Amino acid sequence: MTDNRVWDNRAWFFVLPVMVFVLFSSLLPMMTVVNYSVQDTMGQNNFFWNGAGWFANLLDSSTEAGQRFQGALLRNLIFSFVILAIEVPLGIAVSLCIPKRGWQVGAVLVVIALPLLIPYNVVGVIWQLFTRTDVGLLGASLNALHIPFDTRQDATSAWFTIVIMDVWHWSSMVALLCYAGLKAIPDAYYQAARIDGASRWAVFANIEFPKLRKVLVIGMLLRFMGSFMIYTEPFVVTGGGPGESTSFLSIDLVKTALGQVDLGNGAAMSLVYNLITLTVCWIFFTYTTHADQRKDA
Amino acid sequence: MAQITLDGVGHAYGGGKPATDAGYALKPLHHVWEAGKAYALLGPSGCGKTTLLNIISGLVIPSEGRLLFDDRDVTRLPTEQRNIAQVFQFPVIYDTMTVAENLAFPLKNRGMPKDRIAARVNEIATMLDLNHDLNRRARGLTADAKQKISLGRGLVRSDVSAVLFDEPLTVIDPALKWELRSKLKAVHRALDLLMIYVTHDQVEALTFADKVVVMNDGRAVQIGTPAELFEKPEHTFVGYFIGSPGMNLLQGKIQGTRVILDGQEIALGAAYPGLAAGSPVKLGIRPDYARLSTSAGLPVQVRRIDDLGRKRLAHVSLGGQPLVATVPHGMSLEGTQACVQFDPARTHIYVDDHRVEGQSLSEGRAA
Repeated sequence: MTDNRVWDNRAWFFVLPVMVFVLFSSLLPMMTVVNYSVQDTMGQNNFFWNGAGWFANLLDSSTEAGQRFQGALLRNLIFSFVILAIEVPLGIAVSLCIPKRGWQVGAVLVVIALPLLIPYNVVGVIWQLFTRTDVGLLGASLNALHIPFDTRQDATSAWFTIVIMDVWHWSSMVALLCYAGLKAIPDAYYQAARIDGASRWAVFANIEFPKLRKVLVIGMLLRFMGSFMIYTEPFVVTGGGPGESTSFLSIDLVKTALGQVDLGNGAAMSLVYNLITLTVCWIFFTYTTHADQRKDA
Repeated sequence: MAQITLDGVGHAYGGGKPATDAGYALKPLHHVWEAGKAYALLGPSGCGKTTLLNIISGLVIPSEGRLLFDDRDVTRLPTEQRNIAQVFQFPVIYDTMTVAENLAFPLKNRGMPKDRIAARVNEIATMLDLNHDLNRRARGLTADAKQKISLGRGLVRSDVSAVLFDEPLTVIDPALKWELRSKLKAVHRALDLLMIYVTHDQVEALTFADKVVVMNDGRAVQIGTPAELFEKPEHTFVGYFIGSPGMNLLQGKIQGTRVILDGQEIALGAAYPGLAAGSPVKLGIRPDYARLSTSAGLPVQVRRIDDLGRKRLAHVSLGGQPLVATVPHGMSLEGTQACVQFDPARTHIYVDDHRVEGQSLSEGRAA
């Protein structure tokens, strides 16, 4: 094939508006953070070069910043893992129970979608009040039954509350995604399965689950990102406590950068945090595109 | 193996008995599907073919009538308990399984021992040329191969009462279609199963089936061998739907052994004493039996000649009514004037779209 493309670098002018937009919307704000992450200051707007010092801090668990960062990262990963392990199977189970036709569909979908429509702060307030030991229905009831429960004193109670809150808030999303995936399966598959004498479990394992894989990957990505960047709800319910037991990355970042005005450590944390989310995103993206290619092959 | 009896089976979606005939997706029907025969259900889209098929397989429960497998009433029995295999229009394969596992699935679900499953899967895979792909994942295969797997899953159970096909060759490449169709025919001979094949393609129906059920608008309009459908269409719809192009239908008035058509007389091969002289009828004649000529016959206006290679068809106008006739080999046409001759033995008379049986003139009794 002959190459008859026209070379004209003036075409770059067409790209210019987008580049300017990206510059102002993300690159420049990000550069200020990069700027802080490699410098130190004693105030009065005097900065001096600190190289990779802040980043070295984060990786070194013997420093205070490193210890805090790694603790928060570990807690955050455990949290994400736990809620994924609950929300994905639960979401699938719920989606299988949603009716497929009739007026019930609309009613059930609205009820299921309700938690998704509540502002994050309100979710936090609801669960904060719900689990209070004096007036909260759950907290007070559990204590009345002599089950020790106090989100302000006991780390287990705090974790339990935050995990249940996230499951309550977000399982609906997984369920709705799966429901959409299930609806996309042609009737012929179910009919063929009946003709073939497949059991309910065989239908799920051989038809429904394989066809749900794509939406599940997307659902898991969204839920991983959501839980990995979670801030508002645990902040309202526990404030990151008791102690540091529910201080996830974003809570710890706010404490460092705004609470203690530790700009260097805060900026380095932000960048590493950002890098982790980008990396996970990229892994998911390449996995899904590769899975597609394998399917086409 | 079993024979399947439809005893007044009809269906209206939404349940209940519809107020008028038009409310039926499938109008009540009596028919016996004989064991070991190959049937085709032929008709245009939306005529109720698939509904009938799904009633037999149990995916749809008919709103009235009884369905018998031999003497057993299965009308309300779920699909799983009916011992029926069905192949759908679009390939249904189990993505996560290999080709062999796909074929084995219906047997495995019924608890057949492993060695017998393997033997049967091999047998079917050989019939359908799938043996080289047996250990491949079914997911990556072409649509053709996937549909072959679906066909294989339909044929793999040897104990079924019937195998039902719902337009199974729609997604198959034309060249392979011929091959697969003859393969199905061979499989039918080898397995001696009752097969019912739904299609809207007459070539497919006529080549596959011992008997064809022509359906239109929720009604089975004629059940017969391919030859019967071609030579003696019982309903104008059959005449029009079977054959390419379909039967010519001309409006006229009956007059004993003749039809008067725009002042011209056409001789018939039979007498119709049951029809009052002068009553309006439709005269049916296949294009194959209407021949164009230069001199003898009824005068017509030639509108267009279609050269189909092996034969030529003339679209003509006979007293204002359109007609398709065969142009004999070697005949050359000049101008738009010509004549047409009908083979009297091949003419049929229709009243209200139904064929009227006449008394054959040559033998003096009902043909």
